[in-house]
Amino acid sequence: MIGSDIPALIPITFLAFAILIPLLGLWKRHLSYYWAVLGTAIATAFSALGFYNYVTGTETIRYFFGGWEPPIGIEFVYDGLSGFIVLVINAIALFVLIHSRMIGKTEFPGKVTGYYSVAMLLMLGFNGMVLTGDLFNLYVFLEISSLASYALIGIGEKRAPYAAFRYLIIGTVGGSLYLLGVGFLYTITGTLNIIDMTAMLPEVISNSAVITALVLMVAGIGVKAALFPLHGWLPDSYTYASSTSSALIAPIGTKVAAYVLLRVVLYLFGVDIIDTAIPITEIIGVLAGVGILYGSIMAIAQSELKKMLAYSSVSQIGYIIMGISLANPFGFIGAVLHVLNHALMKACLFLVAGNLRLKEGHSDITKFDESYRKKYPWTMLAFTTAALSMVGLPPLAGFFSKWYLALGTIENGSWLLLAVILLSSLLNAVYFFRILEKVYLRNPESDEDKAGILSSLRSNEVKPSMLWTTSVIAVGILAVGLLNAFIVSAIVTMFPAGL
Amino acid sequence: MIDFVFGHYAYWFTIILLAIGLYGMLIKDNLVKKTIGLSIFQTGVILFFVSVATKWNATVPVKSDEFPVTEVANYMNPLPHTLMLTAIVVGVATLGVAFALLITIYNRYETLNEQELLEKIQ
Repeated sequence: MIGSDIPALIPITFLAFAILIPLLGLWKRHLSYYWAVLGTAIATAFSALGFYNYVTGTETIRYFFGGWEPPIGIEFVYDGLSGFIVLVINAIALFVLIHSRMIGKTEFPGKVTGYYSVAMLLMLGFNGMVLTGDLFNLYVFLEISSLASYALIGIGEKRAPYAAFRYLIIGTVGGSLYLLGVGFLYTITGTLNIIDMTAMLPEVISNSAVITALVLMVAGIGVKAALFPLHGWLPDSYTYASSTSSALIAPIGTKVAAYVLLRVVLYLFGVDIIDTAIPITEIIGVLAGVGILYGSIMAIAQSELKKMLAYSSVSQIGYIIMGISLANPFGFIGAVLHVLNHALMKACLFLVAGNLRLKEGHSDITKFDESYRKKYPWTMLAFTTAALSMVGLPPLAGFFSKWYLALGTIENGSWLLLAVILLSSLLNAVYFFRILEKVYLRNPESDEDKAGILSSLRSNEVKPSMLWTTSVIAVGILAVGLLNAFIVSAIVTMFPAGL
Repeated sequence: MIDFVFGHYAYWFTIILLAIGLYGMLIKDNLVKKTIGLSIFQTGVILFFVSVATKWNATVPVKSDEFPVTEVANYMNPLPHTLMLTAIVVGVATLGVAFALLITIYNRYETLNEQELLEKIQ
């Protein structure tokens, strides 16, 4: 039956297309785009089917590779949480890849075959990281996705290779620290399987090697998730990469790393023993809080749209990690919901930046003016939706995750973190409204010349393939906000033990 | 104390390698030297895995009639070694991507010195 094979089918689809695209590219190069979209669509269909099965039957699928049962073999675990995340990242990737056709022709012409092949490898790595139930296997998928993202970031503006090289150095150190932590855990428990290790950890939690392993793993994953003091690679990489790369990596990459952090903190160690020796949840909570404020303030200081969005990512990833650090049901709901919301919002905003770059040749905020609302009415409408959602205006999606996070901080009595959430919403408003003000709120009627120019402007929207994907994601933000009760009732079934 | 120092000598080497690697990445200006530091750092992690799996007076993990399998001390633990084969492959791939990026950087800026590079970028 296809249902029980879904955990393996999703990554294998990407792997098959990563190999197929260069081979078929020899035959007809311009078809690479369609193959990549086809591959992602198939994987999205599998993830949707799997998640539908989960919602109707609520069964966890444990897929044993080669029939070897864990702890000897490697298994993929398809439970509610991993199914949810896989569906989110594949659906976002599908839209971003559909959107990429014209960007591919302008920003990396002649490299499309290699580009889409590497993009498939990137998605293989991300899906593998989410699905795997084995710590070393997770490291391998982490490195597959990282290597693919270095390559994708390197294809971009003139400065992109240097940004990618910095990311490579920092990211590989992060990966190595994670591997070292896995080594420590392996020497103590003798297993690499997450479920197996969870059963053993309470007996050995006071061992100093286990504590060191926890710190090393959190630091290593923190680099990948751009947790506050480890975020140095992120702004340059997202800014100078091509529009498709940043739209692909920004909504998905850091989310997957945050998901791995959630797995390690709340599932592998678990709420009961995570804080035995050192208050690790408090530490990452404080770092997340500082990161939220730092990212928001730095975003205000940027004059380049993509760089502003990159700093905003640092801030938004802080919300997810704060939700994890609260280690209570509301925090968990908030974190998982924010993975979905932020993936939608950031994808939409980066696609808008891509649209503007294609049409205007830049995405410099200082050059934005009121003509944009005539030239790009739908693109700017999508931007406005996503921006208002980032600020947290109901009924858009962003409001609800912040709401649950705020409830979580109240339940824990962390008033400082509550203040951080509220303050950061204000800061979000500052950096998005200055763009909306430039585009919508100027009144050109007072100036006759400008009014004449404005009324003579025609709509100059991007191609349908780009416009529709941007709009669908913007509608998705609204839909997720309105249907949020259903999503939360699905998330409630995913709680880790002890929460 | 002496026992502690000499009993854990493999770990000291791991720590030294990690420190050398970090030093190379943080202090050296040349991007190729940074890459070398990165490689040394990864090698430190590999050495750690290999050294924890080593047993004195144990044989290769192939079943033999002379050594009963019930005595686990007779056999090396093969798993960390095989894991490190994968880690070495990952390291090679990382080096490949790093050098590809360095070639692109050199073609665009004609330097691999970080200070000069930052001046040219500005």
